[in-house]
Amino acid sequence: MAFPSGTGTSAKGKWALVNTVVVVYALLPVLWITSLSFKTKETIGDGNLIPREWTLENYADIFSTSLFVRALVNSIGIALISTTIAVLLATMAAYAVARLEFPGKRALIGVSLLIAMFPQISLVTPLFNIERALGLFDTWPGLIIPYITFALPLAIYTLSAFFREIPWELEKAAKMDGATPAQAFRKVIAPLAAPGVFTTAILVFIFCWNDFLFAISLTSSEASRTVPAALSFFTGASQFEDPTGTVSAAAVVITVPIVLFVLFFQRRIVAGLTSGAVKG
Amino acid sequence: MAEIVLDAVSKRYPDGALAVSEVNLTVDDGEFVILVGPSGCGKSTTLNMVAGLEDITSGELRIDGTRMNERAPKDRDIAMVFQSYALYPHMTVRENMAFPLRLAKVDDKVVRTKVEETAEVLDLVEHLDRRPANLSGGQRQRVAMGRAIVRSPKAFLMDEPLSNLDAKLRGQMRTALSRLQNRLATTTLYVTHDQTEAMTLGDRIVVLQAGIVQQIGAPQELYDQPANLFVAGFIGSPAMNFLPVTVEQNRLHTPIGEVPLSDRLRRRLTDADAPRDLIAGIRPEHFEDASLVEEHVREEGAVFTNTVEVLESLGSEKYAHFALEGEGARSQQLTDLASVTGSADVPTGGRSLLVTRMSAATEAREKQRMDIWFDPDRFQVFDPDSGRNLTLDT
Amino acid sequence: MSATDSARREPPAPPPPPTGKRGGNPRPSEGKRAERRLAWMLCAPAALVMVAVTGWPIVYSVWLSLHRYDLRFPGDQEFVGLSNYAAVLGNSYWWTAFTVTVIITVVSVLIELVLGMLLAITMYRTLLARGLVRTVTLVPYGIVTVVAAFSWYYAWTPGTGYLAETFTPGAAPLTDRAASIAIIILAEVWKTTPFMALLLMAGLALVPDDLLRAAAMDGAGGWQRFVKVTVPVMKPAILVALLFRTLDAFRIFDNIFILTAGANDTSSVSMLTYNNLIRGLNLGIGSTMSVLIFLAVAVIAFVFVKLFGTAAPARGGDR
Repeated sequence: MAFPSGTGTSAKGKWALVNTVVVVYALLPVLWITSLSFKTKETIGDGNLIPREWTLENYADIFSTSLFVRALVNSIGIALISTTIAVLLATMAAYAVARLEFPGKRALIGVSLLIAMFPQISLVTPLFNIERALGLFDTWPGLIIPYITFALPLAIYTLSAFFREIPWELEKAAKMDGATPAQAFRKVIAPLAAPGVFTTAILVFIFCWNDFLFAISLTSSEASRTVPAALSFFTGASQFEDPTGTVSAAAVVITVPIVLFVLFFQRRIVAGLTSGAVKG
Repeated sequence: MAEIVLDAVSKRYPDGALAVSEVNLTVDDGEFVILVGPSGCGKSTTLNMVAGLEDITSGELRIDGTRMNERAPKDRDIAMVFQSYALYPHMTVRENMAFPLRLAKVDDKVVRTKVEETAEVLDLVEHLDRRPANLSGGQRQRVAMGRAIVRSPKAFLMDEPLSNLDAKLRGQMRTALSRLQNRLATTTLYVTHDQTEAMTLGDRIVVLQAGIVQQIGAPQELYDQPANLFVAGFIGSPAMNFLPVTVEQNRLHTPIGEVPLSDRLRRRLTDADAPRDLIAGIRPEHFEDASLVEEHVREEGAVFTNTVEVLESLGSEKYAHFALEGEGARSQQLTDLASVTGSADVPTGGRSLLVTRMSAATEAREKQRMDIWFDPDRFQVFDPDSGRNLTLDT
Repeated sequence: MSATDSARREPPAPPPPPTGKRGGNPRPSEGKRAERRLAWMLCAPAALVMVAVTGWPIVYSVWLSLHRYDLRFPGDQEFVGLSNYAAVLGNSYWWTAFTVTVIITVVSVLIELVLGMLLAITMYRTLLARGLVRTVTLVPYGIVTVVAAFSWYYAWTPGTGYLAETFTPGAAPLTDRAASIAIIILAEVWKTTPFMALLLMAGLALVPDDLLRAAAMDGAGGWQRFVKVTVPVMKPAILVALLFRTLDAFRIFDNIFILTAGANDTSSVSMLTYNNLIRGLNLGIGSTMSVLIFLAVAVIAFVFVKLFGTAAPARGGDR
């Protein structure tokens, strides 16, 4: 293999090179759009990676329009509510899947697997019409409901993988130490399950935050349009003479929370993403 | 302090498997009783039923005369040490040990003193504020013990508490455990698959196999007078040798020679209406290098000649292994024993083997013939069908 | 595994002859039934939401696909049988979009597999700054697809882009069909390779080091160890990653929407459906396409499972 081995200095040099390639690969597009967001209108077309003139004008612009501010509020609100409900429902189901024996377990796992692979566009058409009939079109619940549905399989997998790792013998130990079932749950199991629940919440949040298809199909106004959907309206809209700078600034704003999550919880996110997929 | 009584206790799982069948056992106040048997024999299930972690299907469990079947584990006032130690990873050693006291709503000051006293006894004082993840195996084991001891329960239940330690530490912890038991004198029910642990720790041993009690007795009693082939083969290391023998006119034909039948043995066999084909068992230490046996002793026993196949020297003694002519002893109980202890997996080349223990002074060499002395009176004779020991004084 | 577990899981060796007191395998005990009730109660909300939000719309979608239903002419609604299907399948737009989707799916998944494997090995084996490398590779995974798409869009647009004139001076790559598809694939690969790499890295962790050492002792070189030991052992992880990514790539939408909006015949099937539905407001045709995409995905999943016999990931708690 072309991969360096051994532990000598030359191996370190090769790894340094490989790592640099990886870092540049991963960060270049992010740096590019960040750079655009700080460029003035005059220099935005210069193609330079580092802005010649720095400005915060683009950020000032987006925060002064309701188009972006409303969308940001919608994005945050919808993602938080969806995450809370999805994680709550998934926690209950995952506990049952990981810990209890019951007929229908395979069916539940099968259904969630199907939904995880489901082409979302296939749901957009009927949902579009159903939601219009029910008055849910272009409302928060109109997005929250499909988000919960598509987040549930991911959340159930991740959580049940985490729950299987909890040493359940501790529950027995707590009982022997004199705990009631409720105390055993509150004092021993809940603290151990919390990290898994938290990780799952991050993954679900990223999923909801990222969605574009539902956001653009099931909304029609500022009432519920989220940032990814609103971004595409910047381009066609006339309130900005040149949307590049403002789109970039808005893009950076919604990227920041994700980058922070990734920075702080890298280990957990990796564990969460991989746990459900590999272990049987 | 308490007396634990199991009265015909059975466990049947919903799938119909009978895990424990009518166990009768009385653990006296302050007694240390060991449940021993191969993995899957029902010993842990029995322990869990006493703990209240599994329901009792039928029979009655009494602690100090009170029926316990329906009580929740927390209302039985017994502490348990788990094989995995089951330490709470999110609590420090101090919090782990204080946990049962806090649940019992013991006063803060009392908790503090009790935890520190216990830590003192177990040499854990300097580790009190560390997390289990930062402790060595031996330290974790002691924390688990500490958590059980700290609330002075009526009884201790221990589920293979030493089997996650390495061999040397296990030996040391065994001695420490004996010392602790002498000091606390708390009724203890202890589960292990390791017969050495059972022999060294227990006041009495219960041998379980396939959910059925095979024998209950003091360690020496089990060793000297095993009730059946299973117990005979399970207790003792290296294991007892089993030879196919036939009885013919007051003589016993064995693969290591023909020996006269002692009066005692003949009477037992007649009483038991024994068949002609039997299994004789003899422990390795009942052999000796014939050249090291004094003349008058030598005449009381028998001598056979064979070629040493393998010689293992342990310094204080030597084990000489021989291959015998003909097939080995056959019995259902021996087959079961071999499969549950895994010895069925050891290649023997289809021959029957004999293990003997000789004193270190022997000049035996591998591949050389030698004379081996043994005392035929040491033979235990078993019925191949039932596995019952026909030699026992009953 | 604790002794408690082993004692319970392995049925005690030879079960003693039946005592005659209890026979057979009667109905489940009280405890078992209570466990089932609890399990059902816990699963019910999640199951109900999933089935209600997907099940009913699917049925409705099939119903819609059998009708002429155009929101611009709401009065003109009637049952037309399979004629919508005939219309879609006889239409060159559909087949162009289908071809584009297949090309994007196959090419991007293949590139991702190779790049993802290299990235996984890098993350798994690197001696330096492992945490940094892993953190950085999570950025593409976490970033909103639309944001990344905009970054690529500006990069390849003459006037704002640093890449637009990379190959030919004065070119506008996003107005050329082949170049557009290549850029779409690039954007897709950039965004999802880290996810692939993470799944593969978890697979790499399943290969015991001792196994590789044993293979080295047996005389296998680096490449042989990779092909003959590592890949076969992590095959389940590879297949799961491939399956997930293939199905995911097949529904590509966000990148195309931003990069080309489907111009110059670069629509994917999802894009085409969206245009018929939201722009064209033709529910009948839109639903027909939805059903066809659903069927295509089902076929892909079926082929994967049949061809590779891949066990479904997370088979549940029966281990």
